[in-house]
Amino acid sequence: MPPVPKSDKLAKAARAQKALKADKADKADKKVKSVKTEQAPAEAPFADVTASDATLRRFLHGLPGVDTVGLEARAAALGTRSIKTTAKAYAIDLAISMIDLTTLEGADTAGKVRALGAKAVHPDPTDRGTPTTAAVCVYPDMVATAKAAVAGSGVKVASVATAFPAGRAALGVKLADTKDAVAAGADEIDMVIDRGAFLSGNYMKVYEEIRAVKEACGDARLKVIFETGELSTYDNIRRASWIGMIAGADFIKTSTGKVGVNATPANTLLMLEAVRDFRAQTGVQVGVKPAGGIRSTKDAIKFLVLVNETAGPDWLDNHWFRFGASSLLNDLLMQRQKLATGRYSGPDYVTVD
Amino acid sequence: MTNLFEYAPAPESRSVVDIAPSYGLFIDGEFTEAADGKVFKTVSPSTEEVLSEVARAGAEDVDRAVKAARKAFDKWSALPGAERGKYLFRIARIIQERSRELAVLETLDNGKPIKETRDADLPLVAAHFFYYAGWADKLDHAGYGPNPRPLGVAGQVIPWNFPLLMLAWKIAPALATGNTVVLKPAETTPLSALFFADICRQAGLPKGVVNILPGYGDAGAALTAHADVNKVAFTGSTAVGKEIARTLAGTDKKLTLELGGKGANIVFDDAPIDQAVEGIVGGIFFNQGQVCCAGSRLLVQESIQDELLDSLKRRLSTLRLGDPLDKNTDIGAINSAEQLSRITALVETGEAEGAERWSPECELPSTGYWFAPTLFTGVTQAHTVARDEIFGPVLSVLTFRTPDEAVAKANNTPYGLSAGIWTEKGSRILAVANKLRAGVIWSNTFNKFDPTSPFGGYKESGFGREGGRHGLEAYLDV
Amino acid sequence: MSDSNGRLSVFKTYKLYVGGKFPRSESGRVYEVNDAKGNWLANAPLSSRKDARDAVVAARKAFGGWAGATAYLRGQILYRVAEMLEGRREQFVREVAEAEGLSKAKAGAVVDAAIDRWVWYAGWTDKIAQIVGGGNPVAGPFFNLSSPEPTGVVTVVAPQDSSFLGLVSVLAPVIATGNTAVVIASEDRPLPALSLAEVLATSDVPGGVVNILSGKTAEIATPLAAHQDVNAIDLAGADAQLAKELEIAAADNLKRVLRPQPVDWSADPGTSRLTPFLETKTVWHPTGSLGSGGSSY
Repeated sequence: MPPVPKSDKLAKAARAQKALKADKADKADKKVKSVKTEQAPAEAPFADVTASDATLRRFLHGLPGVDTVGLEARAAALGTRSIKTTAKAYAIDLAISMIDLTTLEGADTAGKVRALGAKAVHPDPTDRGTPTTAAVCVYPDMVATAKAAVAGSGVKVASVATAFPAGRAALGVKLADTKDAVAAGADEIDMVIDRGAFLSGNYMKVYEEIRAVKEACGDARLKVIFETGELSTYDNIRRASWIGMIAGADFIKTSTGKVGVNATPANTLLMLEAVRDFRAQTGVQVGVKPAGGIRSTKDAIKFLVLVNETAGPDWLDNHWFRFGASSLLNDLLMQRQKLATGRYSGPDYVTVD
Repeated sequence: MTNLFEYAPAPESRSVVDIAPSYGLFIDGEFTEAADGKVFKTVSPSTEEVLSEVARAGAEDVDRAVKAARKAFDKWSALPGAERGKYLFRIARIIQERSRELAVLETLDNGKPIKETRDADLPLVAAHFFYYAGWADKLDHAGYGPNPRPLGVAGQVIPWNFPLLMLAWKIAPALATGNTVVLKPAETTPLSALFFADICRQAGLPKGVVNILPGYGDAGAALTAHADVNKVAFTGSTAVGKEIARTLAGTDKKLTLELGGKGANIVFDDAPIDQAVEGIVGGIFFNQGQVCCAGSRLLVQESIQDELLDSLKRRLSTLRLGDPLDKNTDIGAINSAEQLSRITALVETGEAEGAERWSPECELPSTGYWFAPTLFTGVTQAHTVARDEIFGPVLSVLTFRTPDEAVAKANNTPYGLSAGIWTEKGSRILAVANKLRAGVIWSNTFNKFDPTSPFGGYKESGFGREGGRHGLEAYLDV
Repeated sequence: MSDSNGRLSVFKTYKLYVGGKFPRSESGRVYEVNDAKGNWLANAPLSSRKDARDAVVAARKAFGGWAGATAYLRGQILYRVAEMLEGRREQFVREVAEAEGLSKAKAGAVVDAAIDRWVWYAGWTDKIAQIVGGGNPVAGPFFNLSSPEPTGVVTVVAPQDSSFLGLVSVLAPVIATGNTAVVIASEDRPLPALSLAEVLATSDVPGGVVNILSGKTAEIATPLAAHQDVNAIDLAGADAQLAKELEIAAADNLKRVLRPQPVDWSADPGTSRLTPFLETKTVWHPTGSLGSGGSSY
């Protein structure tokens, strides 16, 4: 674990808290049985860090730096892993089960969302043994429709909220957006941070907004989107990751998919390092969701290799890792068919929804 | 914990390389038996399988090869530089075309992972020929005065750790400057040099310009001592390097030596830790640590020792040791039984002297020569494992308190080849780099190589530079 | 001996120059130095192995400061040496004429050339790095710079015949590039070298940067060639047999060896004596993109 500046009592406090906390995670569908912990309310362990703007800034700026070239080289090196046969079959099913199948268009309609829900539940109509996706991800006004479309399947409904994707709205509007989605039945909320506040150095504002949204989420799990393409530097991504985790994020997520640079192996690797270090320090496990730009099976498998060799196998589960994607699913399905039949599939053999 | 995401075997196909049951010496453009008919076997270190039987050069063969090189010298050195360059460009291109075949061959003969031969050795080999090809007709502009002349016949002896890359480092600048060469590859890794001989023929290189003599130390000694050799270039152990220097005393042969090292990798408390861990791992476990410029001493600032070691150990646990032909293998085989016993003996000394030994859980294959990645903690400058070059996957961890102490410890060795510095503070990098007595300093990176970048040591790590404009000097009469 | 006006002249006691001081030989011994015709000129210290050892200690101690001084400052100091030589020109003309059996005019030309050579090397201190170093365009996101650095402590076996111009020609480039030197003066013609020490001592050259020993060349050179804390040796003044022996001894710690070769000391030296005692250090550092936006997937 990197030498994160901390007072020694922090980690101990977090561990004590964790021990007391009942594990409320729904583990019915978990394949990984190693120790999993739900979020402890984070204010206790990091109370001194978040005591003031100054302490928060000192903490974030005391995190170890990131060397751009080294980080990207490591991500590229892991990208050369050769995943074949049984490992590939495992990885494809795992990747399918990790997808937040997403539609976030102004043109979304109930019909579109219902089709998406059907696809999430039965990704490959020719093979009912295909795993479902983890969730469908829609705008708040489509949550109820989505909920109905996936009812009884175990597929979760995630909703973007907080004036997605720009996040340029008053806090009250963001909270109302969140509550609206939760009230409509959203299992998960994907919020965006205030990048303007972050880039102007107002870390406390970012932190407090996340905390407020987390509270508004109730039992829904919260994914915090940093929009890494706008944060621009890896040092910023590491700092944002720690703000998110301290503020109680269940997931940290790269991007909205609406800007030029979305999920990359390097920024995802960096966030995986952050959740790894956070668990080592506090005992609290946080999930990671790269989103946007992951379109092929080859790409998805590279991300799973990053997870496996960085955060570790504990994260190889859709409770802890997600892909925000839409077109990725069809490529995974075609590769899955290829593995089953030995011949290459084509786009006419997967559904366009 | 059980890892559900077990990577299935992903072996590179061996069928891309066709290894003949026997090989001769390559003299004057022809493959030929040794004068005394001697041969030796070369084995695959990962399986101990015999790959081929190779002619073993003796003193008489050395003489024959030097004569061939001498005979070829007049014409070769008189060629316009542009023509010599075009031969080298041809060679570079053929290497690129055959790089998959050569990577598999090198992995078989050396034991290093295919990932490394594919992604490091072979691209660097081709790049080296490409780089020096371009110099052949530009020597007037190299800073050594107008029309610098070649030396004549170069006798070159190379090691087994990067067989083809060391060949490239030796042959490319020698030919570009108009010399002819006699090269002796190491006895455990002769094959890629013999395949290179075939590439010379494919490229139409005039006979005698390149001669390859597989053999043992006796052939190397005969070559470096040969009266009609004008230039000796050696990469290998410091002990042999000193012996060559003595042999050449009083002659007018030009000598360059690239020898051992005990590189310090210095990690300050403000380092980019995750990248530093990668750099430490790459620094000592690249090529199983059988690298002269390896970062074999980790100097870590005491204030972050525990965190760094935790991270390092966690990272080492993810290293994949095994079949070198598997594309996912990180750690391959040790090159020879002899090298393995040297590593083993030094590691035993380290334990006996009280250093604390640690290795990740790691199953070693039952045949072949293997050594698990190993850390020694609690090491001081007084420990043998901090002073002697182990040339294996063994990292000695020492601590320091201040930059001055780090520099003092880093320099406290008769060697001076490489060093690493990890800190986010730019001025500290420059200040420390300035004080380190080593030929190559990697700051916030490690084990990077490039044909344009001069490489070579201070002190007992040798003298002369290979690579870059500097690398020309070794082969010019300047 | 007396001056032409009958005044009894004051003889000079020639001493070694070690660590900025002027000691007698630790051995307490001297030897007779004669002029070219065989007339006694003076006694010179007969250095021992221990004097050589002390000189290495002094040179090592001075190395960090001298190598670490700015090239500009080294140039200033070397130029100061030339200025001081100019002021003592008549003394050196007399000593060179006596040592080498030259006419006063010829000796004057030699001394002038030697002073000019100091000036030449004084100007090189802050230029050599630009000539032999530079950036390397590596194929990757790295800044890569090669710079020359001094090798360390250099033993200089000064030329036997050219007692002053030859000496200056081998010594000045060694220290111009930041090395420190242990000089073995011409065995039979040591006086100009020992007088040069007096110039160095008054020219802001830090003590220990140059150390000058007189005596039997082979006796002094042999332990220096084998000394593990000497990094290089210039064999200019060694005959073929001695040079070979010294080169063999030098291999023990892989000293950089500059073999003896015929040199016309009056010719333009170029950079050929500046580069043999330089190491090339190459430093890498990542450059890469400005941030995370640089790598789109």
